[in-house]
Amino acid sequence: MADSSQKTLRIREFPIDENPGHTYLNHEKGILSWLFTVDHKRIGLLYLGSVILFFFVGGMLALLLRTELLTPAQSIVDADTYNQIFTLHGAIMIFLFIIPSIPAALGNFFLPMMIGAKDVAFPRLNLASWWIYIFGALFALYSIITGAVDTGWTFYTPYSTQTGTSVVSMTLAVFILGFSSILTGLNFIVTLHKLRSPGLSWSKMPLFLWSLYATAVIQILATPILAITVLLLAMERILGIGIFDPSLGGDPVLFQHFFWFYSHPAVYIMIVPAFGIISELISTYSRKTIFGYWAIALSSLAIAFIGFLVWGHHMFVSGQSELSSVVFSFLTFFVGVPTGIKIFNWVATMYKGSIDLKTPMLYALAFLFLFTIGGLTGIMIGALSINVHLHDTYYIVAHFHYVMMGGTVIAMLGGLHHWWPKMTGKMYNEFWGRITCGVIFLSFNMTFLPQFIMGSQGMPRRYFNYVDQFQGLHQFSTIGSYLLGVGFVMMAVYLLWSLFKGPKAPSNPWKARSLEWMTSSPPTHHNFEYTPVILHGPYDHHKPMKEFRMGVAEESESPDVIEIDKDPA
Amino acid sequence: MANQSVATEKKSHLQHHFVDEDQQFESSKMGMWIFLVTEVLMFGGLFVAYIIYRAWHPDLFYEAAQELDVALGATNTVVLIASSLTIALAIRAVQLDKIKAAINYMAATILLAGTFMVIKYFEYMDKFGKGIYPGESYTYDGLEHEMAANFFSIYYMMTGLHGIHVVIGMVLIGWMIIKAKKGLVHSGYYTPVENTGLFWHLVDIIWIFLFPLLYLID
Ligand code: HEM
Ligand SMILES: [Cu+2]
Repeated sequence: MADSSQKTLRIREFPIDENPGHTYLNHEKGILSWLFTVDHKRIGLLYLGSVILFFFVGGMLALLLRTELLTPAQSIVDADTYNQIFTLHGAIMIFLFIIPSIPAALGNFFLPMMIGAKDVAFPRLNLASWWIYIFGALFALYSIITGAVDTGWTFYTPYSTQTGTSVVSMTLAVFILGFSSILTGLNFIVTLHKLRSPGLSWSKMPLFLWSLYATAVIQILATPILAITVLLLAMERILGIGIFDPSLGGDPVLFQHFFWFYSHPAVYIMIVPAFGIISELISTYSRKTIFGYWAIALSSLAIAFIGFLVWGHHMFVSGQSELSSVVFSFLTFFVGVPTGIKIFNWVATMYKGSIDLKTPMLYALAFLFLFTIGGLTGIMIGALSINVHLHDTYYIVAHFHYVMMGGTVIAMLGGLHHWWPKMTGKMYNEFWGRITCGVIFLSFNMTFLPQFIMGSQGMPRRYFNYVDQFQGLHQFSTIGSYLLGVGFVMMAVYLLWSLFKGPKAPSNPWKARSLEWMTSSPPTHHNFEYTPVILHGPYDHHKPMKEFRMGVAEESESPDVIEIDKDPA
Repeated sequence: MANQSVATEKKSHLQHHFVDEDQQFESSKMGMWIFLVTEVLMFGGLFVAYIIYRAWHPDLFYEAAQELDVALGATNTVVLIASSLTIALAIRAVQLDKIKAAINYMAATILLAGTFMVIKYFEYMDKFGKGIYPGESYTYDGLEHEMAANFFSIYYMMTGLHGIHVVIGMVLIGWMIIKAKKGLVHSGYYTPVENTGLFWHLVDIIWIFLFPLLYLID
C-alpha cells in the first residue's frame, strides 16, 4: 500500500495566469453555492462578511455608549439600558467579532494557500463551524430580544444568577460559539501537520501560520473550560446547583477562576494572529528577510504557554489569597518577555530595509506604536500595588482597547489591505487607503488616550454618570469615537468602490515571497493547478523575483530532477 | 473482480484535497484525538470543581456518597467495560472485512450502552423519589450535612454530562451500523468506525474515573 517515501520531482517555472478566466469566485454561482460551499476561500469570505457585520453592530453600540457619556448626568439612555448596551458591545466584540476575526476569516483563506494545499484537512467541518457560529449568533440575538443581558461580558456571579435578563440563552450562545472556535482550531492544527506541500518544512512556514498554530493550540486547550463554565452558570440559573452562588453555599470567586482560566488565554487567541500578520507585513514592505525567524515563531508558542499561568491578575481585588496574587503578578511580567522579543525583531527587520509606506505597512507601524502602549500598560497593571488603584477604572478600559483595537483590529486592517488584491482580484485606492489609516490612527488615540488619564484619576468603568471634573476628557473621547466611525465609513466606501470599479490586481502586486502570491489573483478553485514543491523560504527577499521557481510534483526519469523527500517533515 | 470493486470504492473515499489514503487516514485520526483532548478538558473543569468542593468539605462527600448505590454503579462499570471490548472487536472485524460480525458487535455495544442508561435511569428515579434533586429543588432530609444538595449537584452534573455522551455515542454507533450495512466501510476504509470507537473508549474511561470518585468514598 504505502508507496516509497521518495518521489522524483521536476523543477519548472510555475506559470501564473495573470488573467484567470476561471476563479474560485465564478467557479459556481448562486447564493446556495456560497452558503454550502466547502471551499476554504469562500468560507473565509463568509466569516469575513459575518465578523464585519458584527463589528458594525458592536461599533454602533459603542457610539451609543460614548454619546451617553457626553454629559455627566443622563443624556440619551437610562442606567439599566446603559448596562445592557455595554454588555452587548463587549460580548459581541469579543465572542462574535474578535475571536473569529483573523483566524476564521483571513486564516481560513490563506492558511491552505500558504502551505500549497488545496483545502483545509476537514472542509465540511470548516463549513459546519461557520454554521455553528451563525447558530450561536442567533441564540445571542434571541437573548437580546428577550431581555438583553446586563452583567458585563464577564457574567460574574452572583449578579448573573439574580438579574432578570436572559443570561441562560446568552451563555448557551457563548457555549455554541466556543464549539465553533474549537472546530476551526482543530482543523488548522491537523492541516498544518498533515497537508503541507513537499518541501514546506516547519522552518519554511510563514510566521502568520506559526501564529495561527499557537492560536489553535490555545483554542483547543482553553475553550473547553469556557464551555463547562458557562454550562455550570446556565445550570446555576436553571436549577440553582449552588456551585457559584454564595447564597446556596457556592463560591463566586471560583467562577472568576474558571472564567479567567479561559479568558486570559483567550486574549492571546485575539492578539497572536495579529502578531502573525505584522510579521508578514513588516518583512514584505521592508523588502527584507524577517529578523529572528525562530525567535518570532517560538515566542508565539511561549506566549501561548505562559498565557495559561497568569489568569489570577484579573482577580487581585476579588479576595484570592495574597500569596496567589503575588505569584500571579510575578508570572504576568513574564508574558512581556516573548512579546518584547517580537517587537525587537520587527524593528530589527525594518532596520536598513527599503521601507515602502503602502497602506498595509502604515497599519503595521500603527500597530507597533499602539500595541506597545497597550502591552506596557498591561505590565503596569500587572503590578499588584498599581492594580489595586487602577482595577475597574477607565485605565483598564484604555489598556484593553489599545491591545484589542489598537493591536488586533489595526493588524487585521493591515492584513485586509495586504491580501485584498489576492482575495478580490482588485486593487484599492492607495491614496484613500493611506488617508483613512491616518484618520483611524489619530481618532483612535483621541478616543482612548484620555481614558488612561481619567482612569488614573479615578473614573470607574461601567458607570453611566460621572463627576463633572471628567466632562472635558469624556467629550474629547466621544468626539474621537465619532471620527473613528467616519474613518471606517471612508474605508467601506473605497473598498466597495474597488470591488466594483477598481483596477485589476496582478498576481503579486507587493513582490511578496510567500506561496499565496504564486498563484492568480483571485486564485483558482484549487488554489494551485499542481502540487507545488517549495524550494524557497517565505521571506527570501534577497533573491531576485525571477529566481522564484516552484517545483511540480510529478514523477520523472529525466536527469534534471532533484530528489525531495515526499514526506513534508 | 472482487479486488477491483474494493479498489474503486477506496478511490471514491479519497477526498480531492488529500494526496493519498494514508494522508487522509492520519488526518482524520489526528483530528479525532484533538477532539478527545477538548472533551477531557471539558470534563476536567468538572473534576476541578469536584476536587475543590471535596477539599473544602471532606465530611460532606463521605456522608453523601453513602446514599449512592455501589452495586448498581459497579454493574454499570462492568457493562461499560464490556461495551469497550465489543466496539474494539467491531473495529477489528471491519478491518478483516467481516462486516456481518462487525454489525453484530456494534449492535451489542448499543445494547450494553442502553443497559447502562436504563440502570442509570433507575438510579436517578430512586433519588428523585427520595427528594434528592439537584440544587435548589433538593428536599431530602436523610442527610445531616447542610451542603448535601451541593454534592448531588456535582453528582448530577458529572453523571448527566456523561450520560449525554453515552447517548451521543449510541447514535454514532447506530450510524456506523448503517454505513456498514451499505458497504461504506471495509478493510480499505474504516476511519469512521475507528474514530467512533475512540470516542466510545473516552466515554468508558470517564466513567471509570467517575465511579470511584463518586461511589467509593471512604
Ligand atoms: C503584555 C501583555 C499583557 C499584560 C501584561 C496584561 C495585563 C492585564 C491585567 C493585569 C489586567 C487586569 C486589570 C484589572 O482588571 O484590574 C488586564 C485586563 C484586560 N486585558 Fe490585558 N494584558 C496584556 C495583554 C492583553 C491583550 C493582548 C489583550 C487582548 C487582545 C488584553 C485584554 C484585556 C482585557 C479585555 C482586559 C479586561 C478584562 C475585564 O473585562 O475585566 N490584554 N490585562
Ligand atoms: Cu489577563
